[in-house]
Amino acid sequence: MTNSLIACHHCDLLHRVQPLTNSGVAQCMRCGTVLYRRKKDSLNRTLALTIAGLILFVIANAYPFLAMKSEGLVQETTLLAGVKELYAQNMWGLAALVLFTTFLTPFIQISGMLYVLLPLKFNRLPWRLPFIFRFLQNIQPWGMMEVFMLGILVAIVKLAKMASIIPGIALYSFAALILVLAGAMASLDPDIVWDRLGEN
Amino acid sequence: MAEDSMTALKASLVSCHSCNLVCRAPLFRGKLGGACPRCGAVLHQRKPNSISRTWALVIAALIFYIPANVLPITLTTSLGKIQSDTIMSGVIYFITTGSWPIALVIFIASIVVPLAKLLILTFLLISLQRKSQWRPHDRTRLYRITEAVGRWSMLDIYVITILVALVKLGALASIEAGPAALYFAAVVVITIFAAMSFDPRLIWDSMEKNHD
Repeated sequence: MTNSLIACHHCDLLHRVQPLTNSGVAQCMRCGTVLYRRKKDSLNRTLALTIAGLILFVIANAYPFLAMKSEGLVQETTLLAGVKELYAQNMWGLAALVLFTTFLTPFIQISGMLYVLLPLKFNRLPWRLPFIFRFLQNIQPWGMMEVFMLGILVAIVKLAKMASIIPGIALYSFAALILVLAGAMASLDPDIVWDRLGEN
Repeated sequence: MAEDSMTALKASLVSCHSCNLVCRAPLFRGKLGGACPRCGAVLHQRKPNSISRTWALVIAALIFYIPANVLPITLTTSLGKIQSDTIMSGVIYFITTGSWPIALVIFIASIVVPLAKLLILTFLLISLQRKSQWRPHDRTRLYRITEAVGRWSMLDIYVITILVALVKLGALASIEAGPAALYFAAVVVITIFAAMSFDPRLIWDSMEKNHD
């Protein structure tokens, strides 16, 4: 077992792990893939951003993100209402996919990160840490809130000609949530978790 | 450069997919494998059956790509009239109403990205099977792009979800998701899995074999 070696994920070339200077990036010598980055104060920053994310997640889903006004009729919608409507139209496959990529995955990511990082912050190992953290890594590509955000913008443009569209508070917290979660993922250095496992 | 490239494979080491630990793996069913000693993930030197799995998924996605583009993706009822739209007619609608930036976004996300992804993966698979030596850097980069852009194809699905929830003005107007939406979602999900099952290290493996 060698902690001082790292193999490139994209071409398998072996490298010796070297300490990086401030905000440096280590790239594969052969194919240029990023091997690892230096992340300052990773645990605290990720934890702070994740807690902020949890608050924003609740707001983003509890309130309607768009309302449409047309000739006296007002129609509001939340993310979950869209899923419910798809389900009502017998599109349960689509409903499940949208629910999974824009609601369940972000929720699992946020709560999972808190489950892993809070105990680590107080020098404890959470129960079944390797399994949970591995699961969080695997689920990451399926969180697609930023794509959903672009979808909201397209829908606004599309409907703006039919009726007046009123953005709700959830829309702003949605936008903030995307930035906060992206920040949390960018400041997380997985090695702070894996190295802790190696010690025990 | 290729002469002194020492890979984990050559050194009989395995790099854990999950925690990046490079370790001397036990023999498992004739290959190096088993569980990572640090995090417990299953170890593989290369993704299992990468080429045939990726081929299967690419072909499946190509098949679904046809109904996704031919069948209607939304059914709009407005004052009793039902209008069905395909992906392409939705793009054309945006061009004719003057919002061409939106038309461009949808065209790229729904038509260009899935097709480009399938073509790139097909090209990479063929180049692997022919043990091509052609530009390994660029092929790795192509793979990296393919992996990164796939998620944006979900755009149309989300637009439909929002429209369906919002446009419920009774007899005045309502929007329903059409059958193509399901096929299109299948294309997106399958191509994401296809990109995941492709192993770019195979590109570099065939570079090495000719230098030995």
